[in-house]
Amino acid sequence: MSAATATTDRVGLGSRLWSLVSSRETGIFLALALVVLATTFKNPGFLFSSDGWRDLLLTPSIVAVVAIGQAVVIITRSVDLSVGSIVGLSAYLVGTLFVAFPGFPVPLMFLVGIGFGGLLGLVNGALIAFGKVPAMVITLGTLYAFRGINVAWTGSNRINASDMPDDFLNLGTQQILSIPVLTIIAVVILVVVAWYMANTRGGREFYAIGSDPDAAELYGLAKTKRVLIAFVASGAASGLGGVLFAARYGTINSQVGDGFELQAIGAAVIGGVAIVGGSGTVLGAVFGAYLLLTINRCLPILGIPDFWQRAVTGALIIGAIILDRVLANRQAKRLVAERDAA
Amino acid sequence: MQSNDATPVLELKGVSKSFGAVVALRNADLALRAHSIHAVVGENGAGKSTLVKIMAGLYQRDTGTFQFDGKAVDFRTTAEAKSAGIAVIYQEPTLFPDLSVTENVFMGRQPTGRFGRIDKAAMRAEVLQLMERLGVRIDPDRPAEGLSIADQQIIEIAKAISLDARALIMDEPTAALSGVEVDRLFAVARSLRDEGRALMFISHRFDEVFALCDTVTVMRDGTYISTDAIVDTSVAEIVRRMVGRDVKELFPKQVAEVGRPLLEVTNLTQPGVFHDISFTVRSGEIVALAGLVGAGRSEVARAIFGVDPYASGTVSVDSKLLAGRSPSIAMKAGVALVPEDRRKQGLVVDATVASNITDAIRDTLTRFGLVTVRRENTEAQIWARKLEVKTAALDSVVGTLSGGNQQKVVLAKWLAANPKVLIIDEPTRGIDVGTKSEVHRMMSELAGLGLAILMISSELPEVLGMADRVLVMREGHLTATIDRVDATAENVMFAATHASEEVA
Repeated sequence: MSAATATTDRVGLGSRLWSLVSSRETGIFLALALVVLATTFKNPGFLFSSDGWRDLLLTPSIVAVVAIGQAVVIITRSVDLSVGSIVGLSAYLVGTLFVAFPGFPVPLMFLVGIGFGGLLGLVNGALIAFGKVPAMVITLGTLYAFRGINVAWTGSNRINASDMPDDFLNLGTQQILSIPVLTIIAVVILVVVAWYMANTRGGREFYAIGSDPDAAELYGLAKTKRVLIAFVASGAASGLGGVLFAARYGTINSQVGDGFELQAIGAAVIGGVAIVGGSGTVLGAVFGAYLLLTINRCLPILGIPDFWQRAVTGALIIGAIILDRVLANRQAKRLVAERDAA
Repeated sequence: MQSNDATPVLELKGVSKSFGAVVALRNADLALRAHSIHAVVGENGAGKSTLVKIMAGLYQRDTGTFQFDGKAVDFRTTAEAKSAGIAVIYQEPTLFPDLSVTENVFMGRQPTGRFGRIDKAAMRAEVLQLMERLGVRIDPDRPAEGLSIADQQIIEIAKAISLDARALIMDEPTAALSGVEVDRLFAVARSLRDEGRALMFISHRFDEVFALCDTVTVMRDGTYISTDAIVDTSVAEIVRRMVGRDVKELFPKQVAEVGRPLLEVTNLTQPGVFHDISFTVRSGEIVALAGLVGAGRSEVARAIFGVDPYASGTVSVDSKLLAGRSPSIAMKAGVALVPEDRRKQGLVVDATVASNITDAIRDTLTRFGLVTVRRENTEAQIWARKLEVKTAALDSVVGTLSGGNQQKVVLAKWLAANPKVLIIDEPTRGIDVGTKSEVHRMMSELAGLGLAILMISSELPEVLGMADRVLVMREGHLTATIDRVDATAENVMFAATHASEEVA
């Protein structure tokens, strides 16, 4: 009896170990490591100079934060195309507030950015959840609408580093124990959201709704509320992304965050978040963001011309989707064969 | 020692429900008591599933009273019904394919600890316990994706048991289960009954109804017919009430001259879906493919038409082997398929009647690669008139027509292509009674013109009234071929629900 239990336990541990090794997150991480190693081999400064190390961690942090929110939305079988525009508006709001109130407390500014982004996310979520309109259409609309408001508000204006307080701008470059502050912020967000998604009823309900919306209805899950929360979360993450952008680059015009939506979606898909919802993790999305942005920096060093960058990004996304498809088909075939044999 | 005379756990009185003009349920009465298993039987479309959905809180009744535990209730969501203590096992299991078995059992009501953290160990332990009680081995950590219907059903039952529901409603839970699995399910159902719960059981298998239940309610065409104690009734009596009319008169098939074989299917097999299907349909014949939902009938039809794949076997049309497996090859050989879901698969609902009717012959209407509305209209006119499509004009949008008229447009589309073989999947689903007989008359006329017709139908009267021969499928196998003169509701039902020989 006890022997049998021990065996099942060992099998359980073995399969858990195997699932860790074979998981998508591990695969993406290995791919990232490979790219970094190859580039470092060619140019040791890529990793071993202090700037190289910092940039490696720092550059993808902002997109990583946005991708975390995007992943939550995609897991519920939606998509948020407006994230880039929210990043832009939030960044400009931060700059404008610093111009108007030079002594504005920095921690409060983070809350303002997050809250403002959350509010814009609420607009998306309310239109989608109550209007029963596909998220793709609504957020395509708000992508343009939010950007339009940004352009109208900013005009040809531009906020410069000199308009913002030093302790805010320092956050963009500071490091603690050689880890950039912005990266630490991204990791904290990642840990909190990943824990929530894996361990709470609310988090699991996002997966359930994305996996089968009709079944979710029969289970009596609060679908409207969950969709709303997902979009508020994505908006808030993008709002935070705007604050981080302001701190990192110090220059804010009306085009901040342009194209972030595609990077965030790409990161999530590469990281194994199924575009049809129901599976994937925010950790995968963050690894996806690091892989996507790091590859873009590596290609020139590896001697591949700049203009191939977008093609490589595209190949990564398509490759990730084909991989998902092939694995799913193989699994389905195997299970059907098993059932027939039984 | 509660007796059956106590207040019912759940009671519906005079409940009706309509969807637009279609009445799905008329004046239904039902009382589920503690310590009892109550069967509800009726043909497809009798209103059983509507009844279940009202109890589950998925639909709201239009009229009547609904009492649970002696109190009037009004469930607006499934969550309310569930928390009141009603668990429903649906005909089609509703699981989350990406999530683990354990999560599927507990979704929405996971045990939580500090900071709302789900207690995964407790959840897993309870699932293991449930699986032991049900006598099955399903890995609690595997995803629900790819589980057999039987295993999915088991998970639904585990879910209901873990809910500790006062009333447990099972909508055809045995449709896809093997003999052993059914026995296991019944043992669980009896033990739940003995614990004092009220159970409701919908099934097409009469032996099961008589083996398991103590009370039986019959429904027909959305109307409540009768409720009896099982001991006071018989299978013959229940079938008579279910069918309730002389079927031969309602759906008259005219005698047609039976000619050469037009459709020959031999040993068609697709692993996991259907196995070793062989049959022939001759010119002038209507052959019905009967069986329960999910028996693989539509899949066979789609395979013949080349939409779905098949691993082995052959299809010949008019003695010529089909050269490949694609709809265009099947169409060229003279096969037409009127699909079950005409709105999604048979029509372009936003296009006009004329454009829909000419869809299958578009190629022949083009001149220099262009189609003119005039040529479309001339051709469409012929068929619209022949089939008496009731519409103001040929440029009406198809989506605005009634179900019956939409079906005629789909038929017209295929008839314009002048087919030899017509496969028609659930010809009268969602069509009102008056138009039904018109569709039947049309099919009969087409057979008279020398077409070979393969009709898939879940409605017994339609099968018995229209078909020259009835093929019955059960779980992917052809279990019986019955000639018109020998076909009865009982023997078709029997073949649809019993494996000819259960292999252990």
